[in-house]
Amino acid sequence: MTVLLEIDDLRTQFFTSAGTVKAVDGISYTVDEGETVAIVGESGCGKSVSALSVLRLIPEPPGRIVGGSINFSGKNLLELSDNEIRNVRGRDITMVFQEPMTSLNPVLTIERQLTETIMHHLSASLETARGRAVELLELVGISDAEHRLKQYPHHFSGGMRQRVMIAMALSCEPKLIIADEPTTALDVTIQAQILELMKSLTKRLGVALIIITHNLGVVARYADRVNVMYAGKIVESGSAADIYHRARHPYTLGLLQSVPRLDLPRTERLVPIPKQPPDLTRLDDGCAFRPRCRFATERCQTEIPPLELVEEGHHAACWERDAIVEEERMVS
Amino acid sequence: MSAEMVKQETRQRMAQTDTTKPLVEIKNLKKYFPVTEGIVIQKKVADVKAIDDISFKILKGETLGLVGESGCGKTTTGRCILQLERPTSGQIIYDGTDMDTVDRRELNKLRQRIQVIFQDPYSSLNPRMKIGQIISEPMRVHGIEPDPATRNKRVNELLSVCGLSPKMADRYPHEMSGGQRQRIGIARALSLNPEFIVCDEAVSALDVSIQAQVINLLEDLRDEFDLTYLFIAHDLSVVRHLCHRVAVMYLGKLVELAECDELFDNPLNPYTQALLGSVPIPDPEIERQREHRVIQGEVPSPMNPPSGCVFHPRCPKAVDNCKEEIPGLREIKPGHWVACTEV
Ligand SMILES: Nc1ncnc2c1ncn2[C@@H]1O[C@H](COP(=O)(O)OP(=O)(O)O)[C@@H](O)[C@H]1O
Ligand SMILES: Nc1ncnc2c1ncn2[C@@H]1O[C@H](COP(=O)(O)OP(=O)(O)O)[C@@H](O)[C@H]1O
Ligand SMILES: [Mg+2]
Ligand SMILES: [Mg+2]
Repeated sequence: MTVLLEIDDLRTQFFTSAGTVKAVDGISYTVDEGETVAIVGESGCGKSVSALSVLRLIPEPPGRIVGGSINFSGKNLLELSDNEIRNVRGRDITMVFQEPMTSLNPVLTIERQLTETIMHHLSASLETARGRAVELLELVGISDAEHRLKQYPHHFSGGMRQRVMIAMALSCEPKLIIADEPTTALDVTIQAQILELMKSLTKRLGVALIIITHNLGVVARYADRVNVMYAGKIVESGSAADIYHRARHPYTLGLLQSVPRLDLPRTERLVPIPKQPPDLTRLDDGCAFRPRCRFATERCQTEIPPLELVEEGHHAACWERDAIVEEERMVS
Repeated sequence: MSAEMVKQETRQRMAQTDTTKPLVEIKNLKKYFPVTEGIVIQKKVADVKAIDDISFKILKGETLGLVGESGCGKTTTGRCILQLERPTSGQIIYDGTDMDTVDRRELNKLRQRIQVIFQDPYSSLNPRMKIGQIISEPMRVHGIEPDPATRNKRVNELLSVCGLSPKMADRYPHEMSGGQRQRIGIARALSLNPEFIVCDEAVSALDVSIQAQVINLLEDLRDEFDLTYLFIAHDLSVVRHLCHRVAVMYLGKLVELAECDELFDNPLNPYTQALLGSVPIPDPEIERQREHRVIQGEVPSPMNPPSGCVFHPRCPKAVDNCKEEIPGLREIKPGHWVACTEV
C-alpha cells in the first residue's frame, strides 16, 4: 500500500493563562491510500486537535503547531502557504464534524453550499456543479434530491444533515476524509446507517478515512488500524485485532475492561480505570498514565516510555509490557 | 461471580420484590405538548404526543431501565413522575397514593422520597454555590437537619459515600471534572434519604473509564440504601449491566417490557431487535462475523405519528394490518410484554 499521509512527531500547544497545554505531544502515524484509521481515547486527550492540526485549523493564538511534519502526497502541509493549504482543504482532505450545524451555513441552501465548493475547487460550471450536487445527494441516500437541494440546513434532521456533510466531504473527490466523532450526537440506529454509508462509500471510491471516536464498538466494526491516544500521545497502535485481542498498554486494557458488553454474559462489577486523566499543563518526565496504572514501577515516574515495536505493525509505549504478557498468561 | 450467579441474583431479587405492591404505578399516562401558532393570539395547531398512553410499574428495590431513541418520551416520563410536568391524562400512583389527588403538604413529603440525577452535571449545579452548599441545599429547603454542624457532618458523609474527599465541600463546580460533578449530583440526590431515584442519562456524558466508576457507585448505593431506580439511558449495554427489568419506548409508546436477561436474550418486538442489532460490539472478530441489518428511515415526528403501529414504516416485518391496528401491550410469556401484532 502507498502511504498517503505521514505525520511525524507532531506537537501542538495552547498558550493559556493556566499554562501551556501540550494538547498533541509528539505523535507519529501514517494513513495508507483507501485505508480506515481510527483514533480513540477519552475526551481532552488531543484527538480533535491532532486532526485540526493536519488541516492547519488550530486557532492561533492561543494555539500553535510547534513542531513536526505532516507529509501528504509528497508535500509537507506545515510548509504550505495559506493559499496552498486552503486548496488542500475541502478538496484533497475534507472533514466531517460531530455537529454538522456548526459547519453548514444556516442561511444558504444546501445547493448553494454544495455547488460553491464544487465550482471553486473543480473549476466547474454552475450547471455541471448542480448535476454533481444531485448525484451526491443520491449517493448519500437522500431521496427527492432536486427538491431537497433547495432547502436550508434546519429543514434536515440530525441524521440527514450528517448525510449532507458526507456529500460535501465527497464533493471534490478527496483522497482523505477526517471524521471527528461523526455519529456521537446521533441515535444508535442512525449511527449505524451513517457509519455503513461512510464505510461503503470510502471503500467504493477509494478514499482514506481517519475516524475519531471514543466508541470502542465503532472502532472494532470499521477500523483497519487503530491509534490509542492518552494525554496528547499515541500510547498504542496496531491492527484492530492487535488492539482488542493483544493489547500491550495498560490504558488500552483499561478502556476495554471498563465497558459493559452486550455479547458477553453479564458481570457483577465493571472494572473502571481509577482516578482522573491528567492536566495537560502539568505533565512531568514520567509516563502520563502512571497515576492510574496498576503495572507502574519506579521507572515509570522518571522516564517517558517511547512507542516501541511489539510485533509487525503493532506498537506500544509501556515499560511494563512483560508484566502485561505475564498477567495474560496467568489468566488464560 | 459467574454469569449464572449474576442471573440468579437478578431472579432472586425479582422473586423477593412484591409484584402486587409496586412503588410507582403508571396508568394510561399521556403527555401532549401543544404546538401554537401566532404571536398575539396563540392558536393551538397540533399536539406533540410526547407520551401516548403508557402503563407500567416500578417495583420496590428494582432498577427499571427505560430505553429508546431521543425524542421517544423517556425524559418526559421521568419528569411526570417527578411532578415537574403535569400529565395530560392518566395516573401516577406512588406507594399507593395518587399524586394528582394529594394536598400540597403531602406532596411535599412524597417529593422528599423521590430524587433525580441528570445527564449534564454542570448545568444542574449552581456555579456560584460551593459544593457543600449544593449538597446541603435540599436539606435546608425541606427543613431537615436544621443544625448547621450536623448538616455539615452529613455533607461530609455524603461526599465520602460518593467517593469524594470532604475537602471538596469548599470548592466550586467549575473546579471539578465531569465524573466528580456527577458524583456531586448523586450526593445531592442522596441528601434527603430518598427511596426512589430517577437517573436520566446519568452516566451518558462520561468517558467510559469514569462511567464505569459512577456505575459501580450507583450499584453500591442501591445495595446500601435499598434504592429503587428508574434508569433512563440510550446506551443499551449500560442498561443491561445495571437493570433488573427493561422497558423500551418508541415515539411515545411502550413497545416491550421484560426482565433484563429475557429482553436481551430474546427480544420480540422488531424495534427492540433493530436497536440491539445497531449496537456495535467492541470486538473486531465478532463484528466481522456479525450480520449487519441496518434499519432504514428515521423516527417520524411525534406531531404527526404514523397510523396503526407507529413503527410500521421502518419495520422489516410489517404487514398491511400494521398500518391500521394499534398494537396493545400483551403478556406473551410471564413478565414479558410486547406491543406487536405479529409476534
Ligand atoms: N482553543 C483552545 N484553547 C485552549 N486549550 C485548548 C483549545 N482547544 C483544545 N484545547 C485543549 O487541548 C486538549 C485536547 O483537546 P481536544 O483535541 O479537543 O480533545 P479530544 O480528544 O476530546 O478531541 C484539551 O486539554 C483541551 O482543553
Ligand atoms: N416542553 C416541551 N414542549 C414541547 N415539546 C416537548 C417539550 N418537552 C419535550 N417535548 C417533545 O416531546 C418529545 C419527547 O421528548 P423527551 O421526553 O425529552 O424524549 P427523550 O428523553 O426520550 O429524548 C420530543 O418530541 C420533544 O421534542
Ligand atoms: Mg474532540
Ligand atoms: Mg431525554
